[in-house]
Amino acid sequence: MDLSVFLIQLLNSLQYGLLLYLVAMGLTLIFGIMGVINLAHGSFYMIGAYMAYALAPLVGGNFFLTLLVGLVLAVILGYLLEWAFFSFLYDREHLQQVLMTYGLILVFEEVRSLLVGDDVYGVSVPDILSGSIALGDVMTYPVYRLFVSAVCLLLALGMYLVFTRTRLGMMIRAGSVNREMVQSLGIDIKFLYRVVFAAGVAIAAFAGMISAPVSSIYPGMGNQVLIICFVVVVIGGIGSIRGAFFAALLIGLVDTFGKVLLPEASGVLVYVLMALILLWKPNGLFKAG
Amino acid sequence: MKRLTLSLVTATALFGTTQLMAEDALKVGLMLPASGTYAQLGNAIENGFKLYIEKEGGKLGGRDVEYVKLDDESDPSKATDNINKLIKSDKVDVVVGTVHSGVAAAMAKVAKKTGTLMVVPNAGSKLITGPMCAPNIFRSSFSNWQPGYAMGKVAADKGYKKVVTITWKYGAGEESVGGFKESFEENGGEVVKEMFVPFPNVEFQALLTEIAATKPDAVYTFFAGGGAVKFVKDYKAAGLMNSIPLLGAGFLTDGTLKAQGGDGEGLLTTLHYADSLDNETDKTFRTAYNESFEMKPDVYAVQGYDAAQILSIGLAAVDGDATKTKEIAAAVESAEIDSPRGKFTLSKAHNPIQDIYLREAKGEGNPVISVAAAKLDDPAKGCRM
Repeated sequence: MDLSVFLIQLLNSLQYGLLLYLVAMGLTLIFGIMGVINLAHGSFYMIGAYMAYALAPLVGGNFFLTLLVGLVLAVILGYLLEWAFFSFLYDREHLQQVLMTYGLILVFEEVRSLLVGDDVYGVSVPDILSGSIALGDVMTYPVYRLFVSAVCLLLALGMYLVFTRTRLGMMIRAGSVNREMVQSLGIDIKFLYRVVFAAGVAIAAFAGMISAPVSSIYPGMGNQVLIICFVVVVIGGIGSIRGAFFAALLIGLVDTFGKVLLPEASGVLVYVLMALILLWKPNGLFKAG
Repeated sequence: MKRLTLSLVTATALFGTTQLMAEDALKVGLMLPASGTYAQLGNAIENGFKLYIEKEGGKLGGRDVEYVKLDDESDPSKATDNINKLIKSDKVDVVVGTVHSGVAAAMAKVAKKTGTLMVVPNAGSKLITGPMCAPNIFRSSFSNWQPGYAMGKVAADKGYKKVVTITWKYGAGEESVGGFKESFEENGGEVVKEMFVPFPNVEFQALLTEIAATKPDAVYTFFAGGGAVKFVKDYKAAGLMNSIPLLGAGFLTDGTLKAQGGDGEGLLTTLHYADSLDNETDKTFRTAYNESFEMKPDVYAVQGYDAAQILSIGLAAVDGDATKTKEIAAAVESAEIDSPRGKFTLSKAHNPIQDIYLREAKGEGNPVISVAAAKLDDPAKGCRM
């Protein structure tokens, strides 16, 4: 592998890692703050991707407008779901949460099948971002992938600032540590949780929408994403947003270079990484928060 | 909502007809995917199958046909229980299934033991017409090896010397690439690198960079469904489409061209079916399918149609007695099946000996260019019958 190929592979792994972070962030957010294991997380990603496909004709085919409308719908969906289902789960055991969210997966898949069908779909890259940059003499790099990476980075930074520098972030962090105490200080914890949950759903759906043009949209896509999301969350430390960021980048690196250098083992490398990290740090790389 | 109403109406209709069935109706177990990734494929196979039966007045071997449907969920771990349920408690005379190779192999294992008449309408696994072949098991589709083998010769004829292959690391992909490698190297080419992506992973960027660095004359690939859409889009976005020609087994561009949004235009693929074939059976089939289901038939519908046709030929020879599998096999083996894909016969191992077409993707179709391999027979390694 010469230097230029190595650098391109580094870019590939960075780009894949950032995308993983975006997809897994909502999961770690909901678990870290609300203590809910949300198996339906992949479904929210799937709903986002299908929205990118199905909403586009309704808003005149403008991708960015689709993103905006989809984001608003996802927030509303998250808000309603929290109110209707998840608000009952906080005091229950994890097993009941797992059963409930697994049920939601089945419901969402069936609704998707009835509304949109079981075909494979694609979304085209918006015109302004459809160009590509030449890398080396044969390969080019699509501008849209770089755009996705930039968006992921911005979002990561935004999340960090909200959590560490704002009053809302402070309240959310306090709520995750001691729910009753925050409530007795006169903060509406129920509303706060609803906001966090809606944000988690919206981020997952946003990830689905923004990755739709570089991916394909097909039945069961959410379940595939869910597994790798759990790996990210477990490696990063359950509930740690910062941990998820570094874990996603690490997985991006291992997966990309694994495929090239150790093709025979590339299917299991990520899980070997997870096992090794858990042996070394049983709670993942970072603490929750 | 429209779909829901439609299914309710169909269900009512089906229920209504079962009540009227004569006592000695032939029970056909349709074990196909009705949910999950392959639901659409299962639906097309069922449509094709029923279309042929309707054409024959709703009969097979002189007996009325009664369907028992079972969703196999493309889940190999449930396959043995499911087919046992069909055979033992539903008492079906014939089993038709399925799409997923793992499920079909498990089904074939049971059918081989019980001697139940079985037709595989898709799964191309080499096991089914290889080590697991049996007098009572037939395949109406293809073996994974066939399109790959046909493409190897095409690639060599085009003057390509060095080719990289890329596919998922699972049975179908490995068998397809194996077929390609076999004939490409027989004809003087060399497969310089075989790349595998863990199934069903669709992150290709790292391997595309590897391909660009290797600079082969062409790339051969086997991907289907969502993976096929993403691979073609990524290949194009990486700027490789113009510099390194992409060749594939037909599933790369079958039912995926629309989702690929034009990126698949001009791709060369090989398969046992194509658009704009010049034969009357295909034209009649397409018109009838269109009228019945209000959509274009695809390769899966053809395979379902031919599954019914194979059963029809076999059962006609024994007056509908599905237990006489030896006589059924003899009748089917000597018959010529008038398929929409063109006429074909079945080999001793019961896999189609068929023409494999070279097709070029245009718009949303795959019109035929030429016959890449005429009357191609699968090697059927490990079949003792």
